[in-house]
Amino acid sequence: MTTKTPSTDSSATSKAATAPATPVVPLPPAAARAITGAGSALALVGTFLAWTWTDEFPGNLTVTGYPGGLQVLTLVGAALTLLFVLSGYGIRGLGWLTPGGTNSPVLLGALGVLGTTGYTMGAISQELGGLVNLEPGAWVSGIGALVAVLGALGLPADQPYGADESRPGLWGRIRHSLTAPEPGRAKDLPSWAEILIIAAGFGVGLYVFAYGIGTEYSELFIGFLITAGFGFTAVTRAGLLKRLSALTAKHRNVTLAAAFVAAICFPFTQGNDQFALIGANILIFATVALGLNVVVGLAGLLDLGYVAFLGVGAYAAALVSGSPQSSIGLHFPFWAAVLTGALASLIFGVVIGAPTLRLRGDYLAIVTLGFGEIFRITMNNLNGNSGPDVTNGSNGIPNIPDLEIFGFNLGVPHNVLGHELTRSGNYYLLMLLFTAIVVMVFRRSAESRIGRAWVAIREDETAATAMGINGFRLKLLAFALGACLAGLAGTVQAHVSYSVTPEQYQFAGSVPPNSAFLLAAVILGGMGTISGPLIGAALLYLIPAKLQFMAEYQLLLFGAALMLLMRYRPEGLVADRRKQLEFHETGQLDVPDDKPLPDGATGVAKAGA
Amino acid sequence: MTTTTAPTTTTVLDASDVTMRFGGLTAVRSVDLVVNSGEIVGLIGPNGAGKTTFFNCLTGLYVPTEGKVSYKGTVLPPKPHLVTQAGIARTFQNIRLFANMTVLENVLVGRHTRTKEGLWSALLRLPGFKRAEEASRERAMELLEFTGLAAKADHLARNLPYGEQRKLEIARALASEPGLLLLDEPTAGMNPQETRAAEELIFAIRDQGIAVLVIEHDIRFIMNLCDRVAVLVQGEKIVEGPAEVVQADERVIAAYLGTPFEGAPGQEEAAEVEAAEAHSTTEGDDK
Repeated sequence: MTTKTPSTDSSATSKAATAPATPVVPLPPAAARAITGAGSALALVGTFLAWTWTDEFPGNLTVTGYPGGLQVLTLVGAALTLLFVLSGYGIRGLGWLTPGGTNSPVLLGALGVLGTTGYTMGAISQELGGLVNLEPGAWVSGIGALVAVLGALGLPADQPYGADESRPGLWGRIRHSLTAPEPGRAKDLPSWAEILIIAAGFGVGLYVFAYGIGTEYSELFIGFLITAGFGFTAVTRAGLLKRLSALTAKHRNVTLAAAFVAAICFPFTQGNDQFALIGANILIFATVALGLNVVVGLAGLLDLGYVAFLGVGAYAAALVSGSPQSSIGLHFPFWAAVLTGALASLIFGVVIGAPTLRLRGDYLAIVTLGFGEIFRITMNNLNGNSGPDVTNGSNGIPNIPDLEIFGFNLGVPHNVLGHELTRSGNYYLLMLLFTAIVVMVFRRSAESRIGRAWVAIREDETAATAMGINGFRLKLLAFALGACLAGLAGTVQAHVSYSVTPEQYQFAGSVPPNSAFLLAAVILGGMGTISGPLIGAALLYLIPAKLQFMAEYQLLLFGAALMLLMRYRPEGLVADRRKQLEFHETGQLDVPDDKPLPDGATGVAKAGA
Repeated sequence: MTTTTAPTTTTVLDASDVTMRFGGLTAVRSVDLVVNSGEIVGLIGPNGAGKTTFFNCLTGLYVPTEGKVSYKGTVLPPKPHLVTQAGIARTFQNIRLFANMTVLENVLVGRHTRTKEGLWSALLRLPGFKRAEEASRERAMELLEFTGLAAKADHLARNLPYGEQRKLEIARALASEPGLLLLDEPTAGMNPQETRAAEELIFAIRDQGIAVLVIEHDIRFIMNLCDRVAVLVQGEKIVEGPAEVVQADERVIAAYLGTPFEGAPGQEEAAEVEAAEAHSTTEGDDK
């Protein structure tokens, strides 16, 4: 009786696509592959030669036989490209590298090598004054990379054109040659092997991340961004990321543990306290962003003043930290300070939330923005002149003493198993504990009755209340929980940065934990996910911290990047399945197959009985 | 309009003297309505008669200006979530599903009032949490099978075809274990087959002991389905009774089709006009 709709068949669309894709550069595939391989090999060899004559250019690219600095990046990119080329030849043992596309990863890899090498050559010529400063090695690598790209453009595309794009122009063909089909289902490996693969994946991730943070000069960081960006896309197109995420979805607890272990290992890779401090600050930023994700991502409440809760936690912890400048001469143990900070934020959250959460949409955003500013201005005014002396006004509360937990002084370096753990490293590990707590809170609350109610309120508040959900109470709960999590992070932040001042807690500014950047981290990373805000926060903190020279243009570039992202990937870098379906109408076919019913009984048959 | 109440049935819903005014406009004017257990009651009326406003008064979305609504003897508080908790569930005229949640999650949200696990229970994974979650899931799947959506449990609600979205809304409402189900135009936009399927679904719901109050435009559907029909015109209940009686009532016909006005064209005038028209067309042919 029920009209069964034909199950939407995604293969139907791919069958309709029959036009074979023509390569961008007309070359026979075998020749194209050989040229690409030769080009990337040449680029690889070039990195062992000197690229310039003087070590005035940072990284010392003058040594023959020992690649350094940016040369290493070219070397890694060229090696990756070469591996993909060899996998394309069907060499045994390399097939696992390219379960998805074969040729598009080669092209992306070659483009990455060309980008890094080209950027290096440009930077050398610009800083030292002219092309004359380039030694033959640079030309060898540069020409090799160019040849590799030309060869890779001659490779046939990985998938035929879709039905609607039968004869694209040049630009269309280039874009098409960068696409790749999804990998098929992986063979089932024994679970220890799968866990090993996950561990290796996180190991590589940690190494790349630690390398990025540890880059000593901005040229190297830009080169790192180019190589990592293209390399990451190439690995994605090759289908490796899909394979890995399939494995992580299968072993979720192992994945969480592996991520945690990789994060613990990070400070031991950084001997330099400055880089460990970047790590600790990224964690603080990321944790607060994750807390905001409860409010924005789950419950859909746009909070533009969220950084105030971080501030409340930090001020509360600073006041009871035993700082000589604190107006209350208390010195709580750390656990009590944490509870104080979290509780203060919680109360502040409820006090602000109770009146404002009766508003919806834009009004809520404006009111929270206002409260965020009120917090900062109040902290400024509680200086003894304009109000009671609580916070020392714009001087803030300086000289917050270092923590000592169970006799472990976090303020001094320690030697753990032969590795130096600096002060910031200590705080990084402490903060990591809080991040883990916040991750757990987010995950557990999202997958519960309360989390479902939050999402329901976000989707349609009227329908949610008609389903028996007390909208106001649950929104207040989300708001208070988010505030409490930010307060937790604030208590650690006060100690990491030695002092708290009102200017740390602005709506927008150039130093990341501010309301605008927090929201951006959530949106950039992917709303409603756990890894999204963490990745978003890491990028948003790291890029400005590393590229000091563009500080003036930072907000401009940031705005442009955000607009591009919203245009091409509105669901954020890490999309949960729901968001992906929400934003890409064409992706609507990507729904799970109908599960066969146990006895084929339809509802109507039952209802009629 | 007296309703014959058998001694075994109990009154589920008793709305008395419900009036709703928006400023100077009276959308619903002192309407009384009683729904007894095991009954399917229809509420019909022309567009703008105040049917949905009346529904909103019943479910607490609007606070009625006057009158009171009681469910199984207790007066309902004017808060939608408390009304649902008391045991009245509803669907909406324009489907209001949680579009970006899966079909199963939609039904689980409907279970909200019948489960108690709070935030602490979820965070600490207290012993009862897993059990309650399992039980909810099981009950939700039962409901999806009952409505014939079990195969699509993992689909996003927005991806369901229209008819199935309607069914899902009913399943979601049933998840709150109501004693009375309010359906606001459950067959709007459906083809005859789907309408018949909906009819059987509603009968099956009634057989589970849930009273049903349904707003509908499709008169044939109402006639087949309802034990009793009330007609709302311009905010006032003009007639209530068995379907056949209501169908034949002059006031109902007048409300839907209008009354013949004074000096309506009689037989003779009509014949004259027809003759004139016939004449002009023959002339036209000559040219």
